[in-house]
Amino acid sequence: SITGACRAIQKLTRVRVVDNSTLGNTPYHRPPKCIHVYNKTGVGKVGDKILLAIKGEKKKALIVGQKMPGPTMTPRFDSNNVVLIEDNGNPIGTRIKTPIPHTLRRREGEFSKVLAIARNFV
Amino acid sequence: RVSSDGKPPKFQPPPKPVIIDRKTQKEERRFLSPEFIPPRGRTDPLKYYIERKDMIQRRKVFSIPEFYVGRVLAVTTADPYASDKSKRFVGICIQRGGKGLGATFVLRNVIEEQGVEICYELYSPRIQAIEVLKLEKRLDENLMYLRDALPEYSTFDVNMKPVPRMEHEEIPVNKLQVRMKPKPWSKRWERPKYNIKGIKFELPEHKMKAAQKWSQPWLEFDMLREYDTSKIEEKIRKELNEELEK
Repeated sequence: SITGACRAIQKLTRVRVVDNSTLGNTPYHRPPKCIHVYNKTGVGKVGDKILLAIKGEKKKALIVGQKMPGPTMTPRFDSNNVVLIEDNGNPIGTRIKTPIPHTLRRREGEFSKVLAIARNFV
Repeated sequence: RVSSDGKPPKFQPPPKPVIIDRKTQKEERRFLSPEFIPPRGRTDPLKYYIERKDMIQRRKVFSIPEFYVGRVLAVTTADPYASDKSKRFVGICIQRGGKGLGATFVLRNVIEEQGVEICYELYSPRIQAIEVLKLEKRLDENLMYLRDALPEYSTFDVNMKPVPRMEHEEIPVNKLQVRMKPKPWSKRWERPKYNIKGIKFELPEHKMKAAQKWSQPWLEFDMLREYDTSKIEEKIRKELNEELEK
């Protein structure tokens, strides 16, 4: 069953981890879920940081793609994509295969390391 | 040829060359973009006239090719945040929306097993080029069901070469019946409200019959919903042809 209502990322949304870290790719009987959005509103869009619960651990992550349609000319993905991140902003994985929107480049200062491991841009 | 008399054969004038004047044929432009047709309402037609003038201005500077849902396009847009300041996206057009200058179209492609859709505005000055890769029509006007179809139907190679096409050929209709992923889908495409002919429904018969419960056969006879656009279309077509030839 898939809840279709919000389509942006808020508490308890199931997300898809997109990088090649071990935490993200080892199978677990529960999918990774968002528990907190670091935002004034509780709704996370592309480029926001969230707290994920994966395999019984809490990990910060960066939203890289969402199902909700955004402004025109921005891509809309078929799944909510997320990249695992440390507290200082370093990504945990080493490669990101899935395409990433160009709008993340606006905040090069914070996300430079994530953009460096990304391969495709849309 | 040698005739039986031995004399040279009677002079037969060569057949007259048939000149097909392409210019006169181009004048009857059969295709009118749907965003030119004003929606039904009580707004002043002056507003639509001014919008159309702006649209024609933009079309003179930047040529927007003939368009149908189901067409594979490559769009290059200007983006300050991309390397080389421009980005190129290839995809199949799943729907066209909006009227006037805000007309949009949505392109879909599956890259690295991730489905991506981008909604572009036709008249946006950020668009630098639109290349047509494959011109064809599909059986429906709205291909949103491709989101619930198997990903192979939405994958298109980024470096696809444009398929060559003769100018005066009829636009081919692709009667492809698309296979879907298992249910649940984002919308119940089997219901007659969507009127989709392009899916190969592999549902059991009783489910298809149960879906027909929601059919509203009286809708097509409803006279208040009729919007006859033929006369409006002709006027607009004349206007367009006059303006574009100036």
